[in-house]
Amino acid sequence: MSCALLLLLTSLALVMGTGTAVEIQRPRGVPQSKRQFYEENKPFTCLDGSSTIPFDQVNDDYCDCRDGSDEPGTAACPNGSFHCTNAGFRPAFIPSSRINDGICDCCDTTDEYNSGATCQNTCREMGRKERESLQIMAEITKEGFLLKQQLIHEAKRGQEDKQGKLTELQGSKKGLEGKMEALRTVKKTAEDPEKEAKERHLKSWEEQKELIRMEKDKTRMAEAFLELDDDADGYVSVAELQSHLELDPDSDGSLTETETQGLLGGAGKVDTSTFETVWSGIKDKYLSEGLSDPPAPVETPKEEESRDFVSDHDSDHYPEDYAGEEEDVEDDEEDDDHEEEEKVPPTVQTPEKREDDELSMPPYDTETQILIDAAQKARDDFDEAERALREVDGQMKNLEKEIGFDFGPSAEFAYLYSQCYELSTSEYIYRLCPFNRVSQKPKFGGSETNLGLWGQWAGPEENLYSVMKYDHGQGCWQGPNRSTTVKLTCGKETVVTSTSEPSRCEYLMEFTTPAVCQEPASLDEVLHGHTEL
Amino acid sequence: YDPECSQYVLLCANRTCLSGFPGQSPYRALLETLELTNTKLTLQLINDNNKVRLLLELYRLQGNMTRVKINELKPLKPRFEVPDVLINDPPTEPLSLLSQDENGVVLSLGADSQWLIVSAKPFRLDIMEGREVLLSLNSRGLLAFEHLRIPLLTALANGLKRTSTPFSLLFPFSFSPPQCFSPALSIGLHEDGMWEETFKSHTDNKPNGPSSISLDFSLPGVEHVYGIPEHADSLKLKTTDGGDPYRLFNLDVFQYELFNPMALYGAIPVMLSHSAQRTMGIFWLNAAETWVDISSNTGSSETPQTDVRWISESGIIDVFIMLGPTPTDVFSQYSSLTGTQAFPPLSALAYHQCRWNYNDQEDVAAVDQGFDEHDIPYDFIWLDIEHTDGKRYFTWDPHKFPQPKDMLQGLVDKRRKMVTIVDPHIKVDSSYKIHNEIRSKGFYVKNKDGGDYEGWCWPGNSGYPDFTNPEMRAWWASMFAYDQYEGSMENMYTWNDMNEPSVFNGPEVTMHKDALHGNWENRDLHNLYGLYVQMATAEGLIERSGGVERPFVLTRAFFAGSQRYGAVWTGDNTAEWEHLKISIPMCLSLGLVGVSFCGADVGGFFKSPSTELLVRWYQTGAYQPFFRAHAHLDTPRREPWLFGPENTALIREAVRQRYALLPYWYQLFYHAHHSGQPVMRPLWVEYPQDTATFSMDDQFLLGRDLLVHPVTEEGGRGVTAYLPGKGEVWFDVHTFQKHNGAQNLYIPVTISSIPVFQRGGSIIPRKARVRRSSSCMEHDPYTLFVALSPKRFAQGELYIDDGHTFNFDKQKQFIHRRLSFANKALSSRNLAPGSQFITPSWIEKIVILGASKPSKATLKTPDGKENLLEFEFDASMSVLTLRKPGVNAGVDWTVVLQ
Repeated sequence: MSCALLLLLTSLALVMGTGTAVEIQRPRGVPQSKRQFYEENKPFTCLDGSSTIPFDQVNDDYCDCRDGSDEPGTAACPNGSFHCTNAGFRPAFIPSSRINDGICDCCDTTDEYNSGATCQNTCREMGRKERESLQIMAEITKEGFLLKQQLIHEAKRGQEDKQGKLTELQGSKKGLEGKMEALRTVKKTAEDPEKEAKERHLKSWEEQKELIRMEKDKTRMAEAFLELDDDADGYVSVAELQSHLELDPDSDGSLTETETQGLLGGAGKVDTSTFETVWSGIKDKYLSEGLSDPPAPVETPKEEESRDFVSDHDSDHYPEDYAGEEEDVEDDEEDDDHEEEEKVPPTVQTPEKREDDELSMPPYDTETQILIDAAQKARDDFDEAERALREVDGQMKNLEKEIGFDFGPSAEFAYLYSQCYELSTSEYIYRLCPFNRVSQKPKFGGSETNLGLWGQWAGPEENLYSVMKYDHGQGCWQGPNRSTTVKLTCGKETVVTSTSEPSRCEYLMEFTTPAVCQEPASLDEVLHGHTEL
Repeated sequence: YDPECSQYVLLCANRTCLSGFPGQSPYRALLETLELTNTKLTLQLINDNNKVRLLLELYRLQGNMTRVKINELKPLKPRFEVPDVLINDPPTEPLSLLSQDENGVVLSLGADSQWLIVSAKPFRLDIMEGREVLLSLNSRGLLAFEHLRIPLLTALANGLKRTSTPFSLLFPFSFSPPQCFSPALSIGLHEDGMWEETFKSHTDNKPNGPSSISLDFSLPGVEHVYGIPEHADSLKLKTTDGGDPYRLFNLDVFQYELFNPMALYGAIPVMLSHSAQRTMGIFWLNAAETWVDISSNTGSSETPQTDVRWISESGIIDVFIMLGPTPTDVFSQYSSLTGTQAFPPLSALAYHQCRWNYNDQEDVAAVDQGFDEHDIPYDFIWLDIEHTDGKRYFTWDPHKFPQPKDMLQGLVDKRRKMVTIVDPHIKVDSSYKIHNEIRSKGFYVKNKDGGDYEGWCWPGNSGYPDFTNPEMRAWWASMFAYDQYEGSMENMYTWNDMNEPSVFNGPEVTMHKDALHGNWENRDLHNLYGLYVQMATAEGLIERSGGVERPFVLTRAFFAGSQRYGAVWTGDNTAEWEHLKISIPMCLSLGLVGVSFCGADVGGFFKSPSTELLVRWYQTGAYQPFFRAHAHLDTPRREPWLFGPENTALIREAVRQRYALLPYWYQLFYHAHHSGQPVMRPLWVEYPQDTATFSMDDQFLLGRDLLVHPVTEEGGRGVTAYLPGKGEVWFDVHTFQKHNGAQNLYIPVTISSIPVFQRGGSIIPRKARVRRSSSCMEHDPYTLFVALSPKRFAQGELYIDDGHTFNFDKQKQFIHRRLSFANKALSSRNLAPGSQFITPSWIEKIVILGASKPSKATLKTPDGKENLLEFEFDASMSVLTLRKPGVNAGVDWTVVLQ
C-alpha cells in the first residue's frame, strides 16, 4: 500500500545569493529549520518529547506523536502541519488536513502527491506576480511614506501653528480680559453720573406730576361738588350725598343717614371749603353720576394671573417671526393669552393710571442726555469687548479640541480633519468626513442617512490606527443604530475605495491614505525576506 | 378568545358539541350489505338520525396493518382522496370471516390471534389480540360525516317538490347529534357559516358546504402517544382536554410560540402509541385542515387508556392502523406505505453555513476563505432570497452575483457546494420568463372565479403554481436543467421555503381555502402543497443530472411522504435557550413519522444569540441530522470566528466532531432509507419496556449506539443523563470512561462539553482526519471504535458508496459490511454479497473500549496472510488501540487478540 511508504523528498533548492546548487534530503513536509530532528535510520523522538518511534514510522501515514511531528508529510495527524518549499515563491505551512485533499494549496504542488489532483506548479508565476505587486506596493509604500513624512511635517507645522495661534489667542485673551475690565470701570464711571442725572430728572418729573395731579384733584372736587349740590345752594347735604351708594362705609348696600352724616364729618351739610376735607375721604370711591351703571366689583387679580399678564406683555416684545418657528406652541400660548386677557378684570386699568399714561415724561435735558450718551457708549464698548473675548474663547476651544484630537502618533492623520471624501456606487453616494461622520445619500433622490459619528480608533492593539469606528448613526428598524468601520490602507491618494454592509446597518468602508504607510523595508528584504535557503 | 376557533365555526362547534356529548353513535352497520372479497370487506353504515348511508371498506394489509376507509355511499360529487402520498396501492392479505350474527362479525387478521370485530349497533370496530383490545374505533360514538349537500337556496330554487329527497337529507347534519341542534331548527340557525365563513377581512366561500369528518380511537393500556408533527411541543403529546386540539394546517407562523398545539409549517397526520407491551400507529390520510384531540384517564385508578379523536375539514376517512407490535415494526409499516427517507448526498450530512443573506459574490468568497483561515470545515454555503433579481427565482441579482458560475467554480475548487433558494411564489411580471410560461400554460392555482390566484409575498404580487398538477411539476422540474436555470452548476442545490404556501395577505398568511387546484379546493389538499413543491424540485435536480445524482432539497412545509424528497427544518425559530431545547422533541417527533433529515436553525433565526447559546447550539446541532446555521437579515453577523479565538475553537471542535462521525451518520441514513428506521430516536424506541424513557426529550439516540445529552441550559454546570439498559454499559466518547446502564448519571460540564456516549456492544466507524469538506475526506481511512459489552461482544456496520449518485441503488455499487467482535476477534464480513464497490479507504486504527491487554494482535486477511499489529493499552481506561491494520475497508479481515 502506498500509504505505508516512507516518503522522502529530494529537492533541489537554490541557495540565494550564490546560485550554487546544493542537494538536501529531508522527510516530506519538514522545513529546513527542523531538518536536524529527522535523522534517517535513527529513532525519531516526537518534537514534544512524548515518545520515540522507529524512523520508518515517520511519515508512514499513521499518527504516533501527540504533537503530530511524526507525520509532517501526511494527513494522519489532526494537529500536524506541512511545509511547502514553494521554490520561486514564498514557503508556507499548511495544516496537515490539506495534504492530498484534492485541492492544490502549495504552489509547488507538493501537498497533492497522492490524491489524483492535477496541480500545476505556479510558484514562479506567483513569485513573479507577487514581486510585481510587492514592487508596486513597495513603490506605493515608498511614495506614501514620503507623503506621510510630509503630512507629519505639515501636521507638526499645523500643530505648531495652532499652538502658536492658541498662544496668540491666549495672549489676546488676556489683553481682551484686561480691556474688558478697563471698560467695565469706564462703564461704571460713566453710569454713576448717568444714574444720578436720570434720578434727578425723574424726581423733578415726579414732583411736577404731583402738582398736576393735585390740580386735577381740585378740579375733580369742584366738579363733584357741583354735581352733588343738586339744589345748587352751595352746600352738599346728607340727602344729596346719600344717593351715592358706592360710598357706603360698611358696604351693606344701604347708605344710612348716620353713615352719610359721618362722611360729612358729622355735619348736616357742607360748603365748598369744608367739602375739601370730606372729598379726601370719599374721592377714592366716588363715582361721577355721569356713569349710570354701578362698577363691577373690584377683583384683585390672583398673583398667577398677574404674572401671566406681565408675561403677556413681555411676549409682545418678541419679534413677530419668532412665532412662526414653533407654530403649534405659539398657537397654544396665544390661546392661553386670549383666555388670560378675558380673565383680567377691567378695573386694573384705573382712570388714574390711564391719566398717568397720558402724561409722558419730558425729554432729558441736554446735560443728562450727554451723560446718558456717554454711558451708552461705555456700555457698547464693554459689550463689544465681551463679545470679542467670547469669540476668542470659542476659537481657543476649537483649537484646543483639534490639538487634543488623536491624529495618530505623529499627527499624520491631522490633514483629514474637516475634510470629506466621497464614493459613488450604483445606488448611493457615501461620504466619509474623518473625525466627524459617515453618511449615505441615495443617488436618485431621498434624504441623507447618518451612518455613524466619529467614535474612536479601533484597530488591533499593535495597529490601533488602522481602523476607525463611527457609531451612533441613525437607528435601524428593529435593529441597532447604524455604525461604520473604516479600514485604512496605505495609498498615495486619500480615497474611499469601497463600501459594504456585511451585517444589517453595520457598514464597512475601505479608505486609502498615505498616513498609514509604514516605512518601507528595502525591496530586497520584501522579496526575499521569507525565502528559505 | 380562541383565534383558531373563531375562524372555523363548524369544526369548533362540532368539536365542542361532540366532545361534550360522547355516547351512543347514530351509526349502525347494515350487516346485510356486507361483502367480502379477497382484498377487502365492504359494509354500509347508516346514520339513524338522517338515514344517510356511508360505505365502510376494511383491508388487511401486508405487514400487520389494517386500513379503514369510510366515504359517503353516494356523494353528490366525489370527495377528495389524497393522491401521491402512498408509494403504491398497499398490498392486501385476505380477511377471513370467523363468525357472524345480528350483532356483528368477527374477522381474523391472520397470525397472533388477532381479530377485528365489527359491531353493528352502534357501529364500532375493535381490534383484538386474544382477549385484549388493542384499539377501538367509534367506541365513543364520535364518528361523524358531514355529507355533501345542495345549498338551501339552490335546493329551494330547484323546488323541493320536484325531487323526492326527504327534507332531512337536504339539511341532514348527520355530523352532529341532536343534542347540539336538531335538523329542523338548524335551517335558520346554522345556515350561517355553512356556505360562507368570514375571518377578519377574508371570506371563505364553501360551495360544497360543510364537509367535515371525524372519528375516535380508544387505546386501552396506553399512556403515551407521540407524533403528529409539526408542533413546538414536548415529545410526549399532551391531553387537549380544556384546551385547543393539536392542529395540522401548514402555516407560515411568525415567531412561533413554544409548548403549544398551534399549527406550524408542516403536517404529518401520524400518531404513535406506546406502552411497555406494544407500539402502534394511526395514520390518518387526509390533507385538509385537521385537528387532533387527546384525552387520557392517566392518574385515575382504572386501566390506563388514551382516547384520540381526529377531525378533518373535508375529504374522506382513510386510516391506517399499524399494529406494530415493536417500534421498529411500526417504522417498517409506515415506510411501507409512504416510503422512506431520501438517501442524501453524504455532503448534505455535513455542516451548512447559511444566512439571510450572503450579500454578494465577494461576501461568499470571504466567508469561504474565513472557514479555511479558521480551519473550520463546511460543505454548503447558502443563498437566501436576496441573491435573486428582485425575488424572481431561478435568476441572479445582476450587480451582486454577476458571475454565479465563477462563484460556484470557486466552491468546486474547494470541493464545496451551494444551495440557492427557490420559493413557490412567482412574481407577476410580464418580463419574467418563469411567470409568463406558467401563466400561458395555465399552471397557476386559480381563484374561485377561475382567474389566476394572486397573493402578496416577497416579490410583491405573486402567482402560485399548481404543484398538484403533474404537468406543472414536470415543467417545474425541467426548469432546473443547467441550460434553463442560468448560472447553475452541479454543485448547486435547492431550498424550498414559504411552501405552506405563505401568502402575506391571505387568511392566516396562507392561501384562501376556496382557491382551486384543478377541480379541488385548497381546502381539500392544503397540507399537500408543500410536499408537491419539494417533490417537483427534487425531481428537477435528479433530471438535470440525467438521473445519476442524488438531489438535496430542503423544505419548510411537509406532509406524510415528504421524507422521500429531502430534508426539513423547524422553520423560523428564535435565538433563545427554550428554542434550542425544543429542537430535540421537534426533530424526534418528525423522526418517529418518517422524516429523519431534520434540523433547527443553529443559533436561532430571529434575534441574536449570546455567545454561550451559539456555542451550545453548535454543539447540539452537530449531533442532529440536518446541521445548518442560519440567521435573520436584521441580526449581526455570526460566522463562527466572530466571537473570539476561544469560541471559535469551541465551534470548530463541535463541527469537527460532526465530520469525524460522518461515516456513522451516513450509515444511519442508509438504514433510514433502506428500512425507515429513524436516525435520531427517542430512548424508548430502543428501550421500549423502560418506562423511565417514555417522556424523555432532553436526550436522544443516534441510531442505537450513540446517546446524546446536549447541554441546553444557560450557564449549565452539569447535566443528568439517563443511561438506559440494565446490565449494559456506556462509554463516554471523549474520555472512554465506562458507565453502567439503567442509571441517572450526573455529568459535570464545561463550555466545551458535549455529553455523548457509545453503547457497549457497538462498533462505530469514524474518520479522524477532518478536512475542509466532507468530499475532501472521501478516500480517508477509517478508525473503528469498538465498545465492548459486559459480555465482551460488539457489533457494528460499515457502509461505503460514492456518496452522491444513485449507483448504490441502481447498480448495487456499495460496500456494506458487518463488523463484529466476539471471542476476542474482530472481523469484517460482507453484508451485501450482490454489491460491489472499490474504495481506497482502509482501516487506520481500531480502538477497543473496555478491553483487556492482549499478548498479541494478529491481522488475518483473505489472502491467508497474517500480520502482527502493534498496539497500545491504556490500563486506566481499559482502552486497547491497534496500530494501523492498514487493510482495505472493503475486504474481509479478522483481528485476533491473544
